[in-house]
Amino acid sequence: MRDVAIIGVGCTKFGELWNKSFRALGIEAGMKAMEDANLSGSEVDGIFIGNMSAGRFINQQHIDALIADYSGMATHHIPATRVEAGGASGGVAFRQAVMAVASGMNDVVLVGGAEKMTDLDDASINSVMDATADADWEAGMGVTFASLHAMIAQRMIHDGIATREEIASFAVNSHFHGALNPNAQFRKAVPIETVLKSGPVATPLGMFDCAPISDGAASLVLCPLEDAKKYTDSYVKVSAVTQASDTLALAQRPDITSYGATVAAAERAYKQVGITAADISVAEVHDVYTVAGIMALQDLGFYKRGEAGKAVLEGQCQLGGSGVTINTSGGLKARGHPIGATGVAQVAEIVEQLRGSADKRQVENAKYGLAQSSGGMGSAVTVSIMEAI
Amino acid sequence: MSSVAREWREIPGRYNLKGTKCENCGSIFFPARDFCPKCRRAGIGKVVPYNVCRTGKVYSFSVIHEAPDCNNAMKPYAVAMVQTDDGVLVSAQLVDVDLDKIEIGMPVRAVLRKLDADGASGVIHYGYKFVPNL
Ligand SMILES: [Zn+2]
Repeated sequence: MRDVAIIGVGCTKFGELWNKSFRALGIEAGMKAMEDANLSGSEVDGIFIGNMSAGRFINQQHIDALIADYSGMATHHIPATRVEAGGASGGVAFRQAVMAVASGMNDVVLVGGAEKMTDLDDASINSVMDATADADWEAGMGVTFASLHAMIAQRMIHDGIATREEIASFAVNSHFHGALNPNAQFRKAVPIETVLKSGPVATPLGMFDCAPISDGAASLVLCPLEDAKKYTDSYVKVSAVTQASDTLALAQRPDITSYGATVAAAERAYKQVGITAADISVAEVHDVYTVAGIMALQDLGFYKRGEAGKAVLEGQCQLGGSGVTINTSGGLKARGHPIGATGVAQVAEIVEQLRGSADKRQVENAKYGLAQSSGGMGSAVTVSIMEAI
Repeated sequence: MSSVAREWREIPGRYNLKGTKCENCGSIFFPARDFCPKCRRAGIGKVVPYNVCRTGKVYSFSVIHEAPDCNNAMKPYAVAMVQTDDGVLVSAQLVDVDLDKIEIGMPVRAVLRKLDADGASGVIHYGYKFVPNL
């Protein structure tokens, strides 16, 4: 297997982008990444795209063909593959692309992630999200995606793993960083009172515990590490990208306050690189709800069970804090969550951090950065570790 | 929206909490599955029908204030993960209950209720919900 480098990144702004179509967003991100990698376009020999539900959001299936066509790759008959894994679609697409380059099957691969959500009404969007859990035995029984996260939160509070305030503080952390990211949907810091007083969605969680509905796209360019210098002096190494699965329905698990797939993917990733969680300086985690962010910090090994919430509430995970800096992009909560784009945008943020191009969000002297992408109720999780060169 | 067949084939589970049990390792499955994920090949042919216990306790819960259109009329409404007395976790709605008085550990029992309908002339879905077991 060959070592793999990320030589270019590109992201659109995330948000309610009424004037931009799915294809326009995808191409904008892709062109930015190609330009960042100093490519003309003819070097690319494969495309992988993370997209959760263009079929339901914009009635368009076969978006691999659409992206190949509009990126100018179809006339050269470059293979394009669309990947779906719920909220982890982008993370899994990235992993497939890394495997393609590592194996020698491809030399220069474009990874894309895109979702156009706001063409659909809010109630229908929620029902698409609900379908990433068990459609027959959770959503079909009236148990929404938000309420599943809420039941995790309720149980965490009951078991003394985190308080309501500690859970809410995850949104404060994400918004603090979102204010510094020009591409974020929400560029405004919020006090914890705002989170706690926001209208209820599924108790104990309110509006400010939830990632927003967003449009957007993100893109990366990969090549073998040994070839990276041919294109750019500004690249990072992909040290590990692991994936793990868990049951589709939350009720099928013995413990709902931890995601076994995150634990497994993280353990495999650390082992592969030969490091521990303590070696990670900066991380992007899948805070689709605040409670998922708190859980991720424990499952990734950054904090012991019962300690992540306290740490976030104290500001340890903010820029300049004493702990690992979490979600410098603003996370899903403040940067926005165009579902298929999210996992790719997380990796793009880590690349910016490790090559020192994160501007006001820059974490100093980071050697290793991590991205955790999660689908459904942690039923598919990828953990990617990147290393500064 | 779902077809009549999709609704009809799940009636044993939806109406009567019919699951399955692996006679090889004793695991109970709800919803029913024919393949034991623990025993895998060793469990083939040993997974038999099993009636899940209809009483249990609230393991966790939430009151939903925002829901897809089909459930709009009910808002706010409660959902719970119920741990049945034979140890199975089931996610369902919790009804006939004071929304402010739900707590973890509260005894509940399963009842058959209307879940929702696919529009004015579509399939009406029925299934289990839980009520306080006083
Ligand atoms: Zn078995």
